[in-house]
Amino acid sequence: MKVTAKPSTSQILPDERGRFGKFGGRYVPETLMPALDQLEHEYLKAKEDKDFKKELNYYLREYVGRPSPLYFAERLTRELGGAKIYLKREDLNHTGAHKINNTMGQVLLARRMGKKRIIAETGAGQHGVATATAAAMFGLECEVYMGEEDMHRQSLNVFRMKLLGTKVIPVKTGSRTLKDATNEALRDWMASVKYTHYIIGSVVGPHPYPMMVRDFQCIIGEETREQILEKEGRLPDYLLACVGGGSNSIGLFHPFIDDTTVKMIGVEAGGIGLGVGEHAATLSYGKVGILHGSLSYVLQDEDGQTSPVHSMSAGLDYPGVGPEHSYLKETGRAQYVSVTDQEALEAFQRCARSEGIIPALEAAHALYYTTKFAPTLGKEKLVVVCLSGTGDKDAFQVADKLGVKI
Amino acid sequence: MNRIDQKFQELRRRKEPAFIPFITAGDPDLETTRGLVLELERRGADIIELGIPFSDPIADGPIIQASYYRALSKGLKVSQVFECVRGLRKETDIPIVAMVSYSLVFKGTPENFVARAKEAGLDGATIPDLPIEESDAVHLAAKEKDFKIVCFVAPTTTPERMSRIAKGTQGFLYYIAVVGITGVREALPPDMRENIQKLKGMTDKPIALGFGVSTPEQARAVGQVADGVIVGSAIVKELERYVDRPATERIAAVGELASRLVAGAKGRL
Ligand SMILES: Cc1ncc(COP(=O)(O)O)c(C=O)c1O
Repeated sequence: MKVTAKPSTSQILPDERGRFGKFGGRYVPETLMPALDQLEHEYLKAKEDKDFKKELNYYLREYVGRPSPLYFAERLTRELGGAKIYLKREDLNHTGAHKINNTMGQVLLARRMGKKRIIAETGAGQHGVATATAAAMFGLECEVYMGEEDMHRQSLNVFRMKLLGTKVIPVKTGSRTLKDATNEALRDWMASVKYTHYIIGSVVGPHPYPMMVRDFQCIIGEETREQILEKEGRLPDYLLACVGGGSNSIGLFHPFIDDTTVKMIGVEAGGIGLGVGEHAATLSYGKVGILHGSLSYVLQDEDGQTSPVHSMSAGLDYPGVGPEHSYLKETGRAQYVSVTDQEALEAFQRCARSEGIIPALEAAHALYYTTKFAPTLGKEKLVVVCLSGTGDKDAFQVADKLGVKI
Repeated sequence: MNRIDQKFQELRRRKEPAFIPFITAGDPDLETTRGLVLELERRGADIIELGIPFSDPIADGPIIQASYYRALSKGLKVSQVFECVRGLRKETDIPIVAMVSYSLVFKGTPENFVARAKEAGLDGATIPDLPIEESDAVHLAAKEKDFKIVCFVAPTTTPERMSRIAKGTQGFLYYIAVVGITGVREALPPDMRENIQKLKGMTDKPIALGFGVSTPEQARAVGQVADGVIVGSAIVKELERYVDRPATERIAAVGELASRLVAGAKGRL
């Protein structure tokens, strides 16, 4: 089969009911159904519209700074003594993570739909900052829901959002983290749907979100494809990315779905142990269930109540995962592993010292697995790791973990 | 015949709307729940809507969510809610409709959930996060057991969806009066009357209205246009005020409020 720079995707998923196999769908109150229908309709129209694409590409290039480099991590490769490691530098995007690929797309869409108010949920605050940024640039009103626990862990991002003119609304219910912020944002949207667009930050939630967010994040994989062909003349052997909700990973993976020689590994948060409430490795240890509007793997108890989760990394601290990942797991197309807090912390420091790049704690999970995995492969193998964001936001937290006062 | 159908037949003969209070199972304990169901019946409630607590409700406002949290923080299990209903069935025949998230229904398979609920003595369920498109499995299971799945129509629902939902619903149709979540509101929306008239043109099934009804005066206004008046947050809030008091006091306080709401709903203010 001839390899082309443009990805081919033979399977057109999700289907018209928003299903990836049995996963996905729409499990939301009736009040939201017409809004989801409208969103899907408008999105599919925009997707076919050349002007929309042109506009989005313009902002991605001029404002976000795309394409992001596919950087050959020479020292890390040498130290590990195995496969050749490339880092897809999403940390170099404006606002420091992949999240802005999605928020630029959705803010443009909100404008097309004539919605003047933007809301979002955020965990690490990266999605919140990316949303606040896009909203500020287009002069839209913006409110972001954030769990109190996360506001504490990510106070820098809270301040950034405020600087950007966004109102950060503390969420005090439940575990006071990402899942509770998502509940609150969904509730807000139920009451404000006429004039508000809700920007979900990952490939989760009811259809069309998992599809739409994926499409906006596919720029990661599409660029990677062109860049690796240019540098190596062939496709990579392995793709690795961390999986919270699953957006940076699906963005990297999806443009390679039809290339069966390219293996995909998603890395989840193993937290501090395997007990309930000690990790957030949904695909590794969860069961099929329903959370936040879609059917997917989820961490829940035998009644279906959501389990408590833990990850040092706020962006991975979520009991659900995007339905397309559940599908990739079930079909065996992708494989999912987990990495602990401690291991991620180790990779965080190693990447800083070996490559001069301070990675986001989320991305450090994927990096750690790479440091174990790459040495088991031959030197001719090619591995691409998505460096989903910068670790600047994590400096305080890591210092604290390492017992350093700053 | 299912108790819900029977009740609405009876009410139609009497030309009275149904008064349907909502309470959360296990808030703050199941003994209170048992006492409340009996008290509400004594005060003139026609049907009980019994919320099964869920960790991540999205259709419910802060008052009901807090009640779920109170119940769950004591380790409440779905099986205990069923057990409570089973016990109540020795004492009352009032129709009881569960309000339950599809997350819980799906977990043990919809067939299994319906079978357990029916066996416990529940007469039906409303599943606020299950739109008609995704509801085939549970409808199928429910039909077999004469268990009623009560569907929702919202002010945002398009006419095509309305008629589809009106056809699909069992027992009665739940009209969500406001765009948004459950909660206590000052005024009822102006499009309420018009939308209910529209729905009456589509179905003979009773139409009950909920979300935002909190005062006897509002209950009266709703009772004049709908076949059922559902009051949730206002009742849960009253219970919350007495949550630290002995169970008998709690139950009496909610009972007092229920009496006033019944008088409103039935036009006897
Ligand atoms: C830098 C970074 N990477 C990864 C994630 C995880 O999200 P996802 O799995 O959707 O890419 C986040 C989420 O906040 C993030 O900020």
